[in-house]
Amino acid sequence: MDSKRRPIHGGISRNPNSTSKPAMAFHFLRALSHIRLTTRRGSSLARRTLRIRRAAYASMACSAGTRRAWSRALLRKLRSPAPRRGASVLPRRAARTTSSPDTDLRQALALRRLVPGGAAMEHCELLEETADYIRCLNAQVWLMQAVVHGLGDLSN
Amino acid sequence: MSSRRSRSRQSSSSRITDEQIIDLMSKLQAVLPEARLARNDRVSAARVLQETCSHIRSLHREVDDLGERLSELLATTDISSAQAAVIRSLLM
Repeated sequence: MDSKRRPIHGGISRNPNSTSKPAMAFHFLRALSHIRLTTRRGSSLARRTLRIRRAAYASMACSAGTRRAWSRALLRKLRSPAPRRGASVLPRRAARTTSSPDTDLRQALALRRLVPGGAAMEHCELLEETADYIRCLNAQVWLMQAVVHGLGDLSN
Repeated sequence: MSSRRSRSRQSSSSRITDEQIIDLMSKLQAVLPEARLARNDRVSAARVLQETCSHIRSLHREVDDLGERLSELLATTDISSAQAAVIRSLLM
């Protein structure tokens, strides 16, 4: 059962923003717990770190659900068995018609690589999705800091 | 903004107005931290995009670093009481 598919509409208000902290915390903590339970003795720190990082992006994408293009792209990427490297390097031709000249274009291209699904977006969509993606990243960082803080307190 | 001229020349299928672009740019500026760009300053589109890329990269790095710290902590902490403590701290 893919528990990630369960939509959690943490937004009781009609806030279009995707930063639902309770939903994010729920997903992330559950993933952490699972990682902890399934970590074998002597398994490498690197492997665990990779799983945690994956869980972080998964909880971000799950909290935003399918409402956002970036979260849909992230969910697709996380669920596909073989990650395609460099798939979103170049923007598609259609998107280019709404892009801006020279220096803006360079930056816009860089941005497309950074935002999940950015390669296929129109320029305006890219800007909007970016703002939301940043908000969500902020929330995820806040959450992880809180968890580190919480766990850190315990170890002391 | 120099970009304004070329945008109005291009005929895109979705009628994007300059106002929309400006509006979206300012919204983007609003989510960037004050240290990068003063919120009320009129800065060039290129600058906003540049700072945005920079900010996203640093956020990605933070997620990576925090992930590593969590990985270390998970190995050494009793998770059941940890979860309770974390949930408590998140709810306060």
